[in-house]
Amino acid sequence: MLNYIIRRVLYVIPIGLGVTVLVFALVHMSPGDPLSAVVPPDAPEEMVQELRKAYGFDKPLPIQYATWLGRVLVGDLGVSVARGREVVDELRIAVPNTFILAAGGTLLGFTLGAILGGIAGFFQGRWIDKLATSIAITGVSVPHYWLGLVLVIIFSVEMNVLPSIGMGPGGSTAWEWNAEHMRHLVLPVITLSVIPMGLITRTVRATVAEILNQEFVQALHAKGLFQRQVLAHIVRNAAPTTLAVMGLQLGYLLGGSILVETVFQWPGTGSLLNSAIFERDLPLLQGTILVLAMFFVLLNLFVDILQSAIDPRMSRR
Amino acid sequence: MRSKTRFPLRNLAVGAAAAVLLAGAVSAPARAAGTLRVGMTAADIPLSWGQPDQGFEGFRFMGLMLYDGLINWDMSSADKASGLIPGLAESWEVNEADKTKWTFKLRKGAKFHDGSEFDADAVLWNFDRLFDKNAPQYSARMASLVNFRIPSVVYDADTNTKGWEKIDSHTVEFTTKSPDSFFPYQICYILMSSPAQFEATGGDWNKFAQSPSGTGPWKLVQIVPRERAEFVPFEEHWDETRQPKLDKVVTIPVPDPNARTAALLSGQVDWIEAPAPDAIPRLQERGMVISSNLYPHVWSWHLSRVEGSPWNDVRVRKAANLAIDRDGIVSLLGGYAVKASGHVSPADPWYGTPSFELRHDPDAAKALLAEAGFGPDNPVKVKMMISASGSGQMLPLPMNEYMQQNLKEVGIEVEFEVMEWQSLLDRWRAGAKAEQAQGANGINVSYTTQDPYSSFTRFLRCDLHAPVGVNWGYHCDAEIDELLKNASLAFDPAERDGWLAKVHTREVDNALFLWVVHDVAPRAMTKQVKGFIQARNWFQSLTPVTME
Repeated sequence: MLNYIIRRVLYVIPIGLGVTVLVFALVHMSPGDPLSAVVPPDAPEEMVQELRKAYGFDKPLPIQYATWLGRVLVGDLGVSVARGREVVDELRIAVPNTFILAAGGTLLGFTLGAILGGIAGFFQGRWIDKLATSIAITGVSVPHYWLGLVLVIIFSVEMNVLPSIGMGPGGSTAWEWNAEHMRHLVLPVITLSVIPMGLITRTVRATVAEILNQEFVQALHAKGLFQRQVLAHIVRNAAPTTLAVMGLQLGYLLGGSILVETVFQWPGTGSLLNSAIFERDLPLLQGTILVLAMFFVLLNLFVDILQSAIDPRMSRR
Repeated sequence: MRSKTRFPLRNLAVGAAAAVLLAGAVSAPARAAGTLRVGMTAADIPLSWGQPDQGFEGFRFMGLMLYDGLINWDMSSADKASGLIPGLAESWEVNEADKTKWTFKLRKGAKFHDGSEFDADAVLWNFDRLFDKNAPQYSARMASLVNFRIPSVVYDADTNTKGWEKIDSHTVEFTTKSPDSFFPYQICYILMSSPAQFEATGGDWNKFAQSPSGTGPWKLVQIVPRERAEFVPFEEHWDETRQPKLDKVVTIPVPDPNARTAALLSGQVDWIEAPAPDAIPRLQERGMVISSNLYPHVWSWHLSRVEGSPWNDVRVRKAANLAIDRDGIVSLLGGYAVKASGHVSPADPWYGTPSFELRHDPDAAKALLAEAGFGPDNPVKVKMMISASGSGQMLPLPMNEYMQQNLKEVGIEVEFEVMEWQSLLDRWRAGAKAEQAQGANGINVSYTTQDPYSSFTRFLRCDLHAPVGVNWGYHCDAEIDELLKNASLAFDPAERDGWLAKVHTREVDNALFLWVVHDVAPRAMTKQVKGFIQARNWFQSLTPVTME
């Protein structure tokens, strides 16, 4: 077990390096000049060249990569070209905001997904299974930004009961876990939760259905265990698969949703990425993607370790 | 294990209860009296360190709130073209003996928000900030945002020759490269930041931007990136007529027009910029007030004049202008536009007396095309670069498609190259001869006509094509160059305007662009917003506004 954990942690180093190469290459391979969106269109070429030099964009890409990597290793993600602010500071504001949204989305999506999936799996083929499956398919299929817009039209514009944008009267810096601010969470959380809810419902349903057909379940019943004790065994056997899916989904949620955060003007990492893309702000784009990718890597590491703790067969593979 | 299966259920129950309670909290959050919340179109709070980014919206909702120029725009009237008025300079005049020299008499008693005095040293310091690379306050980023707007001023980096000089504590002399009567229009974009505050923030512009100090009527009290900026009145502002009446203004970036509309209808903001035209009837139904006015903007096709372009024939250019049903396009925009009769509107002092009327006359257009050798079997074929959205572009796709149909009816076939707004601007900057233009015969970028240089010089003067300028189409007419030169040598405003009117007359009579409409800058607000005067300007003042 310990060897597995050490081996798994060591894998993070080459993965992390690979991520930096990919992030840098993808960002620089995308078409467009990194300064064109920042400098007014009338600005003379001479001024653009001066800025290019000031930001180091005039150097060969391998040198730019090495410089950037050197800074990243000491925790310096650079300065946003468009805003002039430290990328680390931008992330320090955006990441907790996305976490707040992700926490709500996780709670709602995972809970509903587990319940609906469990019910559907246990009552396979019955009307309640069909209902839960329909909800899951709808959740996976409905474009969530569209759902967000519909929710805004119904609850904000027509009924005027919930706010449509932002994190509250004072913005994210004045965020508190009170009703006034949590009203701002309701619509984005519902919107964000539909996809994980659908995926987890389908995963749990399939897993539970498969386990129910296994011989050991019949053996447990034959042994005379109570239903709830059998259920505990089923849950334990379904957990690794479900956890793996949940881990991936949590990664997506923590990464922030560009569409949901844009629709609701939620100042998280998705919205930060959106700004960085539109302003072609390479340092901000690189820094944000790198941090999100590393979240994903670390989260997968955590889930792998958790899976091996729950199911020791994993660490023996 | 048991607790694991129960935990989500318990949380679900709590979550569901919370959602019901929260959804039931019908009342909107209380807001302070006299606070105006504005939903901007920008995606972020404009830079607050002096020279704003985010185009003219940055000037509107940051630059001209916190800062003054030596010369300001008159935003006190909705009924006349907005002209220049004294700002931090009480007066300015050109030297009669040497018309490259301008003397600016500065206002005494004007203070920065940090309490320091505004004087001639502050003016020199602010110009050094934009030009002198050796000055500690020099910022290349800030310079890139504004220096192109003041092309006349002398600065030679090699010899460190500067076109700004202190005469006494409240007098500054500027030197231009050649006599240029447009100089006052150029200098009004240069906003004055506080040297004392720059020192106080450790000589770091990014820290300065967090607690900026200008001389403007508003002070910035809070800035949260991408979320909000809060302004309160600067009670010691030198101009009593521009003392803010509100307690506070909050600006919120909401780039998506649907989100802005929803935010206004759900009571999260009191005012939104640029509602989508199709949302305006709905906003009016819900009791919102729509404010609009003509302002210096033109939506047009900028035509290529490089060799081989069909637009080199004036008859084709005129035919295209006669083919467009501008009334139809105004209807498409919900009535929130004004038909163009030229590059500037007839209400503008630079309009002149063009004889070519931009009417909808397909028969006359067909006759002109026939005269030029085109007909049903031999249509004119043009390729246009357009965007799907963009600042000031109104509704570019439907408008361009409408025009495509109009032009097809007279025998001009238009092929579109649709691209993202920033890509379009890249190609605009590169010029019609550049490889990126891919042989396009025109480009659709809407323009400001706020000042003479922006309106005419940059597009019409022969030498201002890429890479030194944005005469995208390589237009060149020696007579217009001469008229522009005469205008820049006319220091009497009426005489200068007379020359500019001649430029515009010749521009229209030669149909140098395909002009379509002028925007009227609709903005929607609640009935509680009172006192707003929508000036005929890209910039607006919030100082007379109150909340009922």
